[in-house]
Amino acid sequence: MTTLLVNGTAHSVTAAPATRLSAVLRDHLNLTGTKVGCDAGDCGACTILLNGAQACACLVPLAQAQDQAITTVEGLAAQPLGAAMQASFLAHGAAQCGICTPGMLMAAMELLATTPNPTAAETETALGGVLCRCTGYRKIIQAVMAATSLPSTTPPPGAVGQSIPRLDGLAKLTGQEQFGADTAPANALWLRPIRSPYAHARFSIGSAAHLPARLLTAADIPGRNSFGIYPDIKDQSVFAEGYARYRGDCVAALLGDRATVEAIPWADLPITWEELPAISAEAALTAPALHPRWPDNVLSTGHLRSGEAEPPAAHTATGTWQTSFVEHGYIEPEAGWAERHGDAIHVHGCTQAPYMDRDEVAAVLGIPLDSVRIIPSACGGGFGGKLDVSFQPMLAVAAWLTGRPVRTIYSRPESLASSTKRHPAHIQASASCDTTGRLTSFNFEGSYDTGAYASWGPTVAGRVPVHCMGPYRVPHVRARARAILSTNPPSGAFRGFGVPQAAIAQEALWDELADKAGLDRLEFRLLNALRDGDTTNTGQTLHHSVGLAACLEALRPHWHALRAARRHSAHRRAGVGIACMWYGIGNTGMSNPSTMRLTLSPAGRLTFHNGAVDIGQGSTTVLTQIAAQALGLPPAAFHLVLYDTGLTADAGKTSASRQTFVSGRAAQAAGEALRAAILRRANAGPDAQLALTNGILTVNGYPLALDTTLEGTGSFDPPTVPLDANGQGIPYATYGFAAQLAALEVDLQLGTIHLQKIVAAHDVGRAINPILVEGQVEGGIAQGIGLALMEEYLPGRTENLHDYLIPTIGDVPEIETILVEAHEPQGPFGAKGIGEPALVPTAPAIFSAIRDATGARITRIPALPHRVLEAIRHGH
Amino acid sequence: MQQDYLRPTSLEAALAALPGRQVLAGGTDILPAEAGAQAWLRHTPRPLLDISALPGLNGIEASATHLRIGALVTWAQLRRAALPPGFAGLQQAAAQVGGAQVQNRATLLGNLCNASPAADGVPPLLTLGAEIELASPKARRTLPLASFLHGNRSTALAPNELALALLLPLPPATARAGFLKLGARSHLVISIAMAAALIHVENGIIQHARLAIGACSAVAQRLPLAEAALLGQPANPALLLPEHLDALTPIDDVRAPATYRRHAALTLLRRLLETLA
Ligand SMILES: Cc1cc2nc3c(=O)[nH]c(=O)nc-3n(C[C@H](O)[C@H](O)[C@H](O)COP(=O)(O)OP(=O)(O)OC[C@H]3O[C@@H](n4cnc5c(N)ncnc54)[C@H](O)[C@@H]3O)c2cc1C
Ligand code: FES
Ligand code: FES
Repeated sequence: MTTLLVNGTAHSVTAAPATRLSAVLRDHLNLTGTKVGCDAGDCGACTILLNGAQACACLVPLAQAQDQAITTVEGLAAQPLGAAMQASFLAHGAAQCGICTPGMLMAAMELLATTPNPTAAETETALGGVLCRCTGYRKIIQAVMAATSLPSTTPPPGAVGQSIPRLDGLAKLTGQEQFGADTAPANALWLRPIRSPYAHARFSIGSAAHLPARLLTAADIPGRNSFGIYPDIKDQSVFAEGYARYRGDCVAALLGDRATVEAIPWADLPITWEELPAISAEAALTAPALHPRWPDNVLSTGHLRSGEAEPPAAHTATGTWQTSFVEHGYIEPEAGWAERHGDAIHVHGCTQAPYMDRDEVAAVLGIPLDSVRIIPSACGGGFGGKLDVSFQPMLAVAAWLTGRPVRTIYSRPESLASSTKRHPAHIQASASCDTTGRLTSFNFEGSYDTGAYASWGPTVAGRVPVHCMGPYRVPHVRARARAILSTNPPSGAFRGFGVPQAAIAQEALWDELADKAGLDRLEFRLLNALRDGDTTNTGQTLHHSVGLAACLEALRPHWHALRAARRHSAHRRAGVGIACMWYGIGNTGMSNPSTMRLTLSPAGRLTFHNGAVDIGQGSTTVLTQIAAQALGLPPAAFHLVLYDTGLTADAGKTSASRQTFVSGRAAQAAGEALRAAILRRANAGPDAQLALTNGILTVNGYPLALDTTLEGTGSFDPPTVPLDANGQGIPYATYGFAAQLAALEVDLQLGTIHLQKIVAAHDVGRAINPILVEGQVEGGIAQGIGLALMEEYLPGRTENLHDYLIPTIGDVPEIETILVEAHEPQGPFGAKGIGEPALVPTAPAIFSAIRDATGARITRIPALPHRVLEAIRHGH
Repeated sequence: MQQDYLRPTSLEAALAALPGRQVLAGGTDILPAEAGAQAWLRHTPRPLLDISALPGLNGIEASATHLRIGALVTWAQLRRAALPPGFAGLQQAAAQVGGAQVQNRATLLGNLCNASPAADGVPPLLTLGAEIELASPKARRTLPLASFLHGNRSTALAPNELALALLLPLPPATARAGFLKLGARSHLVISIAMAAALIHVENGIIQHARLAIGACSAVAQRLPLAEAALLGQPANPALLLPEHLDALTPIDDVRAPATYRRHAALTLLRRLLETLA
């Protein structure tokens, strides 16, 4: 029996003395506000105060906490300083998904206890041990610095264009938010996936009779033992059958009570392995087929041919680039639980795509779609990595077979090994321009390592040729992108679907052409920028909302100021870089509808049934603002029924930067429909003023009694035309545009990069909630910095968060965001999307700045210090 | 299955219980390693001996000749201590080990006993001429740090021995020291290479120089050739030459290739000398 003093209350705990304090808090005291992202001290999500000092609860054995005073996030609200910090985080938009927030708050509490008005540097040092993958840290720093001096202002009512705090924000600050690992029935069984430790192997599974737990295998799957993103490509097994195609491939699962399952050693598993040689994407082109369906190991190829005769060119630039596997690095590893209800199954947990999960679970169990209910938990970051199913099918199978609730929580290494990654790309590209700097042609050949299974590989192969020339007028384009299978982890969807990799090549070529043509690098881009009325290389005429030129013009003064401010020192050279991007919002040339529903009951309860999963990006708030504006009542009047396949209509997945645009347009339509229904009843004109106070609806000041529930439903499916064999069509209804500047210093002797500032101009059509948009921009930039400078996933070698490096609070410089609003008539109140666009230009802008500083061209990515140094040496 | 776990409150009891058990101090090396092993079901729990409740081991004490750092002293304690300038390198290292949470709990001695080639504590302690005090039930002995560290994850600790303290001779009052760490991000990073220096300059001439490099060999090393090259000379970074680092044996790994490490080590050393001169 150990006594702990938690948030001022004494608790007696019976647990082994070596138990991690994080586990004791969560599993024994039900204080699940303390999060676990790694159990290794690397993420800081579990940060608590132990006698006032910040500590990773995952590294404190229970015995060492005996009789000590522990403060967790649940104890903050009761302390004036804690409450002030929570208020400041909310006001600054410092929590997105919220999984890092408890740790951030606790680290900040230690600081503020001694330093009420910290500097930015003091804040960075104090919070340096907590990782955040969503925010880019800048708003967190601001929130901490302002915590003790927050002016007491009332937020605006929340009209479109106003920054209101996230509607789902409070629970993220108090520890009450329930993520995938935070709930499960007490009697739930524990499921432990067993994965191949080899990149490529045959295996056989013998009798598991000797094990104290059940071993689920392919033979236990009642329905189809496979899943996959595309309706016609279900190539990944729930449990592989005798053949494993990557390290992390799931071959079986242990099922039993948790302690028993966790004590089973590898050596006791009745699995015999025959390791086979690993096959890289390069080797795969001449290797035997990994899947019979793709004999040449080419999963998918995307083409674009546009322009017949190539105009005469004066200057040409060429290059070859290689990028790496990049991990999503959401701080919340996959977790959830499932339970059988008669002939139905419920699956709870973190996901970006509940409706796709539903379809997969139904097929794997062999039951009808309406027998499956997916109830998403809060999602501690996704970025594309929680679009594919992970635990859902196997939990469903286990719960189905046993009739018991079953839960699982992936460990960090398991999450890293098993989940999808950003495609490593090998890119060869060339481009030409005429003497005046006008682009004449662009050629692109991209080989994307799509890993062991299809996942979103075809999407990447489809998206890249459309985007690879960037948002420019290029008369002649030849592009091919291939997704090539290998025995690497499946590459899937990751913020940008292959476009960030392509942008690195395209923007590097522009810099060279600009130099050759004697043009300023910003002016070169402006000269070639797409504008309203231009026709893209897919043959789509963009009638509206091409905001690139406005972005570049907004950056111009910053460009000149930053360039003028470059100061070189003995070891360091300063540089300023620029890059642009465009990004098609929504699925490529494919239907991707969303439906939103509003109801107003006779009792005056206004309910928004919103199936769009908010994975931290803010859709819950933004869609409510849109629906509110269309309806004519403030967001505060809304009750929210959020994403649950049993309660909400299909809003599609949270990906492709589509929720604001597609679901937003549906929310607008729903708001308009309900408004029309109300006005019809009241016989009022279109400009009538609505109010809802204490359950009484008034129209132009007159109460309107309802005898039945009024409903407004809206749907939207962006109009597109599928691409033909030459990549011609209307792939997207609209595009986001952006340009970013990066100012940095390069250490000429060590090859280290020291970022000074990023200025980001983004055309978002309309910023529904500017502070949330800024949050997306800053978070995207942070991930772009990671992609550019440090992130490289190597299976089996960087399988934790101390070898796989993502940016910390000290790696993201000051960011200035300029929001450009080139109205998109199809979008809700003119809005487009921002989730992915934010990331795309950052890495190319950084490489442009490195080239500006040193003349070195970065072609091997990430630009780790030794690679930068090598590039500098080659550059001269 | 409960892991065998002892948390004695006297040194005698601890030493008596030691054989066959793994010592646990801050746990910041032990617990992460367990998580990595558990992920692939390779975890074999070892009996643990938690020394955190032992009395008298959590102080930094100065005598006329030495600084004595107890086995439970954390990086945060060390970082905050008021120490003469000769300890600046060690304190700079303390401020760069992990993040604040790790510094608050991890011990300096744990860093040494864990014997990672990238242990940030080792280079500055080598320049300080640190000795480590070991206790077994029957005896105490003191070893120079360089003899204590045998290799990657290997030390002179006998199965019945506990490290009790570090003994650091006080450097000359005018000595200056520094530490530079190179990693691929700003916080929470394992070093690609690090350098420590302690020098003493009089009338512009180096009277005393100790230099060490970490993460470029199985155990961090002093650089006698480089030190000799500096003695009696004005502090000039150009005196440090690549061949002075010939004894290093850096490896290629996920963080950097060997050639880069070697180059970076020399660069870090030269910069240190520049700032200390
Ligand atoms: C997120 C994170 C970041 C880190 N960053 C760094 C870094 O930047 N630089 C760096 O150098 N290290 C880093 N570390 C490693 C670690 O924090 C240090 O090595 C730490 O100083 C170890 O001390 P401890 O008290 O936690 O040791 P423990 O984990 O308790 O023990 C470490 C080893 O030493 C043995 N041991 C400990 N004390 C004694 C003793 N008195 N007698 C005999 N044996 C003993 C233990 O048996 C064990 O083998 C990091 C760790 C984490 C989790
Ligand atoms: S869970 Fe403790 S640091 Fe990640
Ligand atoms: S808000 Fe920090 S990880 Fe999501």
